[in-house]
Amino acid sequence: MQKLKKYAASKAGRDTLISFGIVIIAFAVMQVLRSFGMVSSLLESLLVPICAYVVMAVSLNLTVGILGELSLGHAGFMSVGAFSGIVAATCLNDLVPFAPLRLALAIVVGGICAAIAGVIIGVPVLRLKGDYLAIVTLAFGEIIKNIVNVLYIGLDSAGLHFGLLQQGFTLEEGGEMIINGPMGVSGVSRISTFTSGFVLVLITLFLVLNLINSRSGRAIMAVRDNKIAADSIGISTTSYKLMAFVISAAFAGMAGTLYGLNYTTVTATKFDFNTSILILVFVVLGGLGNIWGSIIAAALLTVLPEVLREVGDFRMLIYAILLIVMMLFNNSSLKARILEKRGMKQMEKAERSGKEGA
Amino acid sequence: MKKSLSMLLAGAMLVSVLAGCGGNTSSSSETGSTDESTASGTAFKVGGTAPLTGTAAIYGNAVKNGAELAAEEINAEGGDIQFEVVFEDDENNTEKAVSAYNALKDEGIQLSLGAVTSKPGEAIAPLLEEDHIFALTPSASSPANIENNDVVFQMCFSDPNQGLASADYIADQQLGTKIGIIYKSDDVYSTGILEQFKAEAQTKGLEIVAEESFMDGMDTDFSVQLNACKSAGADLLFLPIYYTPASLILTQANQMGYAPKFFGVDGMDGILTVENFDTALAEGVMLLTPFNADATDEATVNFVTKYEEKYDETPNQFAADAYDCMYAYKLALETAGCTPDMSASDLCDAMIETFPTITFTGLTGDGAGITWDSDGAVSKSPKGMIIENGAYVGMD
Repeated sequence: MQKLKKYAASKAGRDTLISFGIVIIAFAVMQVLRSFGMVSSLLESLLVPICAYVVMAVSLNLTVGILGELSLGHAGFMSVGAFSGIVAATCLNDLVPFAPLRLALAIVVGGICAAIAGVIIGVPVLRLKGDYLAIVTLAFGEIIKNIVNVLYIGLDSAGLHFGLLQQGFTLEEGGEMIINGPMGVSGVSRISTFTSGFVLVLITLFLVLNLINSRSGRAIMAVRDNKIAADSIGISTTSYKLMAFVISAAFAGMAGTLYGLNYTTVTATKFDFNTSILILVFVVLGGLGNIWGSIIAAALLTVLPEVLREVGDFRMLIYAILLIVMMLFNNSSLKARILEKRGMKQMEKAERSGKEGA
Repeated sequence: MKKSLSMLLAGAMLVSVLAGCGGNTSSSSETGSTDESTASGTAFKVGGTAPLTGTAAIYGNAVKNGAELAAEEINAEGGDIQFEVVFEDDENNTEKAVSAYNALKDEGIQLSLGAVTSKPGEAIAPLLEEDHIFALTPSASSPANIENNDVVFQMCFSDPNQGLASADYIADQQLGTKIGIIYKSDDVYSTGILEQFKAEAQTKGLEIVAEESFMDGMDTDFSVQLNACKSAGADLLFLPIYYTPASLILTQANQMGYAPKFFGVDGMDGILTVENFDTALAEGVMLLTPFNADATDEATVNFVTKYEEKYDETPNQFAADAYDCMYAYKLALETAGCTPDMSASDLCDAMIETFPTITFTGLTGDGAGITWDSDGAVSKSPKGMIIENGAYVGMD
């Protein structure tokens, strides 16, 4: 107990506890409400996308907040994860009849494929800095979209068939097209569940938070804060940058698989520039480097447009204005004052308990 | 100081908007309650998802308007069958479509109008099947909408059907020998038509000399595609695309002095209503469409006048299909003897049984009437039209 208290008093410990606390409490509350049938089908349908977006936001926060590099193509990794995960899940359909295990395997495949894409992009790109990285990742997102748009993958008894630009193969009887060029995938069996999304969020949080608070994490933040100083003390800046970037890509891929397997049909155009920006908005709104902030922002901004359906055509406008208000609040002296007050109170408390202890 | 000022202004903006739409929602809820009072629990609640905002909004709003107009007429007649129509915005996005469908489910719809566009339709089809809610989609034309499920029926003819009919028309009427195609490669509708067109063109011996594509967001300049078609010597351009890019293609082809014949599909319908488009350029354009706003039969004239009166624009085939959907529902519900207090699931069973047995005469069918097979596909044949003097004229 004493240990836990001490842990909670440190900044890293507090962030970790808050992050896990939010996720676990939210999950528990939702499960209780669901068991009583008090959740509308609208909210029910949002649960898995929320989990996917939370993982996306946390993983992008690793790149943008912790590594300090601007990535505008995060949806590209999501796309890689979604489509590779769907292919994997379809292939494993007969081999692994147990859906949660199939989902887990597909998520791993999606994560690995996205990580490979992350390495391919990261090696040349992370030598660039600032605006250049942003531009290259932006282009990467578009490239992925265009590649998937001309990709044909089919499955029959002879195995997988690939075609680029044209469907250069014919399937045997009983075979099915998995990715059908611009028509994307259709007829996916939906195996993502809220529980699996919750587990993925927990795994992501565990790994990302541990990474941040580890030796490597401190090295990554050192690279962010001052590259020259980090270089001078012998930190290999490129490899640490690559490490953060690839881990971030892998989680984005996993989120993509979770997302893709939640819908019967997915097209590449879903993972476009707008989605990348949306995830960047989650991160910026939640606070750069603030993991639990990303979780709340992702959940809130996914639910908000749906809740605003009530007000009809005005919802776009209200959504935008609420966003502006929240961003302003995030940067305002009002928030700083509130935080200051809270800090003072906590210090007083600590002092008092210190005195009592003495 | 500046910060607090900006906060204040943003807050003021929010309050004013809330106030504005507060007034709006209260008025709409008033109309809602009057609807209910006239229907007083005897209305069937019909809901559909439609792109009411975004790039496809023009189609979504047309469907919404068409369906609401039909429901109003049916309710005004005061028969046993009364309708209450609700639409939710899906932004032509599969993720939003699923949310929109679930929002409709929360509102307690008994019958569905599916989705307006193909991909959202595909996304919600398995949900409809799971919840056992019957859907008759006015315009989601990809075959994937009705495949692998029993509960979704189509009012529009399917994409491959159009590709087939287009190729047949061009071959039978010998409209062109060298065919150029400009299509939208990231669009299900466009590629769905194209594939079948190419297959049929091959069997009919049509020569396709150029096949050019464009994508979303790159649909303002078509000089590259037009030049490719021109240098390949195409004397007929097949455009399986919607009318907004088609109007630009016509304009730009005219500017570069390229004058092939143009052949479009039902997405071309509406080209005469594009703003700032010189309709003279559309002279001689051929298209396949199930609906002709200039037709002189009584039903069409009645629909077009009422629609123009109410919404101040000429209806396109989307509106007509939606209008037909509501009347088809009325016919089917009457035939099956359904009452509004039946559950969605019971209604679904009744509709699945009834729809393949009825013959419906509407705006978008030909004289023989519209029938459905048990898979949910409709038996309409596309009509060939040619634009002459700013109006559609039957091609046969």
